[in-house]
Amino acid sequence: MSARVYLPRDAAALAVGADDVAQALSAAAQRRGVTLEIIRTGSRGLFWLEPMLEVATSEGRVAYGPVEASDAETLLDAILAGGGPHRLRLGPTEAIPFLKRQTRLTFARCGITDPLSLHDYRAAGGYRGLDRALSLGPAAIVETVVESGLRGRGGAGFPTGIKWRTAREAVGQPKYIVCNADEGDSGTYADRMIMEGDPFCLIEGMTIAAIAIGAAKGFIYIRSEYPHAIATMEAALAIARRDGRLGTNVAGSGHAFDIEIRVGAGAYVCGEETALLDSLEGKRGMVRAKPPLPAHRGLFGRPTVVNNVLSLAAVPTILADGADAYRDLGMGRSRGTMPIQLAGNVRYGGLFETAFGVTLGGLVDDIGGGTLSGRPVRAVQVGGPLGAYFPRALFDTPFDYEAFAQRDGLIGHGGVVVFDDTVDMAYQARFAMEFCAIESCGKCTPCRIGSTRGVEVIDRIVRGEKREANLALLEDLCGTLKFGSLCALGGFTPYPVMSALRYFPEDFGARNGAVPA
Amino acid sequence: MPAWQEARARQIIEAHRTVDGPALVILHALQREFGFISDEAVALVADALNLTRAEVHGIVTFYHDFRREPAGRHVLKLCRAEACQALGGERLAAHGQSRLGITWGGTTADGGVTLEPVFCLGLCASGPAALIDGRPVGRLDAARLDRLLDEVSS
Ligand SMILES: Cc1cc2nc3c(=O)[nH]c(=O)nc-3n(C[C@H](O)[C@H](O)[C@H](O)COP(=O)(O)O)c2cc1C
Ligand code: SF4
Ligand code: FES
Repeated sequence: MSARVYLPRDAAALAVGADDVAQALSAAAQRRGVTLEIIRTGSRGLFWLEPMLEVATSEGRVAYGPVEASDAETLLDAILAGGGPHRLRLGPTEAIPFLKRQTRLTFARCGITDPLSLHDYRAAGGYRGLDRALSLGPAAIVETVVESGLRGRGGAGFPTGIKWRTAREAVGQPKYIVCNADEGDSGTYADRMIMEGDPFCLIEGMTIAAIAIGAAKGFIYIRSEYPHAIATMEAALAIARRDGRLGTNVAGSGHAFDIEIRVGAGAYVCGEETALLDSLEGKRGMVRAKPPLPAHRGLFGRPTVVNNVLSLAAVPTILADGADAYRDLGMGRSRGTMPIQLAGNVRYGGLFETAFGVTLGGLVDDIGGGTLSGRPVRAVQVGGPLGAYFPRALFDTPFDYEAFAQRDGLIGHGGVVVFDDTVDMAYQARFAMEFCAIESCGKCTPCRIGSTRGVEVIDRIVRGEKREANLALLEDLCGTLKFGSLCALGGFTPYPVMSALRYFPEDFGARNGAVPA
Repeated sequence: MPAWQEARARQIIEAHRTVDGPALVILHALQREFGFISDEAVALVADALNLTRAEVHGIVTFYHDFRREPAGRHVLKLCRAEACQALGGERLAAHGQSRLGITWGGTTADGGVTLEPVFCLGLCASGPAALIDGRPVGRLDAARLDRLLDEVSS
């Protein structure tokens, strides 16, 4: 007898025992003398169900989860019965509502294929984008990306095609493609999932970008906190080279392109693109003043495109299926899909890729199922540590760059962190200041010094010391940070601080909840 | 971790010296080999890259990853960021600190465990999360953390 199952090797699955499950299943199969093929995949992104096991059946894959090593014997019965009954059986994977409701373009393969099988990658539609790109040529690639409406998924939302056009037109060789895989925003993990679960998609996206701007060399700057992503990307690069998909003659096209991985060293600010370039050059990660734009003078002073993992990983689909198909999704100036990441105290935490426009409330209450603790949702931080805290009253905000900005928030890299009613919002505001102080690159005084002052002022407010005067001081300080900072670390730290104060004044010791406007 | 060996350090530096912008690559490699960046290492790197010691020192201290002294036999990196906070991460950190009798950056008296803060591990839907000797662990609570620490200290 033989059977085939799929089990993730994504770090989040490993973190809850996926390797133990794999070992226990192998051992159980061996004891029974059956052949069990365990294919390790990326994660589907349904993290409350991890480790999630899938069994190949004649009717598609059937899922079980969250499974434990101690379930191995009974799971094996279910596996050998061709996806049979079990108390952890979830039914056909694709029918699980959390998955069924998504529009997976960037994550079309993640969790399904063996991340390091080029054969799987091709069979599941991989490299169709590059084939198309090669037939279009550089100028038309750039225009396709412009027309798709794709905006940078790293946070700033700058149109990707425009950036490429600038770098393409910039004079000077060599040019570089730099992939920003620093993913420092808390509550986000989509870059990591792609690198661990579908690395060739990123390689393909970077290759298309390279051909578009005329670059022969690319770098992926991966944070050191992601050892598994680094290992998978390294392995994928080696395979792509062996297969002639990277190197002096990419896929027989005559284009030369290769990619090198560089590892960060635990500095949040190195996610900022110019600090990242300094770090790549082997220096301290100091933010550079703009202009010059990296597209004109970036890495080693050369024309450079810096793009987030998700921006680059969206490109193969856009090329393969056309700009229109992508642009037809979304709302307003936010086109296409966004891989949204539900995190924190949320019942159904995981990756939800969908067209822009879904409301925050829909995401948190409906898709996320409310809190994991079962207590009421009190606050949601969207867009990482520099994002605002939104109360329930703002749950009608649609997931869209402009709609969030209008409400003094940001969608950033798409992280949505849910808090229940035990959260202390003064503590969260204090943490935002503390984080800014810890991670500041030190170039601007407001950011370097003001953040430490901010911590002290919030402490005084909470202790009830000269409350009114200190509240005024905090607002002042936030104004100075906002307008006196070179980058968004100092410039946006006021968002979490002021939103906490504005929407949750009772946590700052306000007796009647009122805070001076 | 092997003790400091200048010849070995030179070899490591030489192996990476010609990559573009080599400083970080070299520092990572040296720390991987020796566990931390010693004064001798700073001097050698400065020499090889034509930088002053102060410049190399500036790079080393800018990045949270680089240690200026050896770590314990095991390194526990506990996530302090928001998604883990939402699941009691700070309480868990307090528990870990009191059980180990150290604060952030400290190493237990027996040299067993170093505790370091980390701001997000990308395990934000499976928190509170940590890395123990590079191995990810999620859905932590006090009991699970205790078990982990028992495992590594046995
Ligand atoms: C403090 C700070 C941290 C940032 N961290 C990241 C990051 O981790 N990943 C990322 O892609 N962009 C990050 N960004 C945004 C980058 O500066 C830049 O906008 C982005 O890499 C451009 O790529 P995109 O256009 O594809 O989004 C950060 C910005 C700031 C100010
Ligand atoms: S705002 Fe802060 S992190 Fe950004 S450049 Fe200024 S000092 Fe550096
Ligand atoms: S916030 Fe803790 S792992 Fe992301």
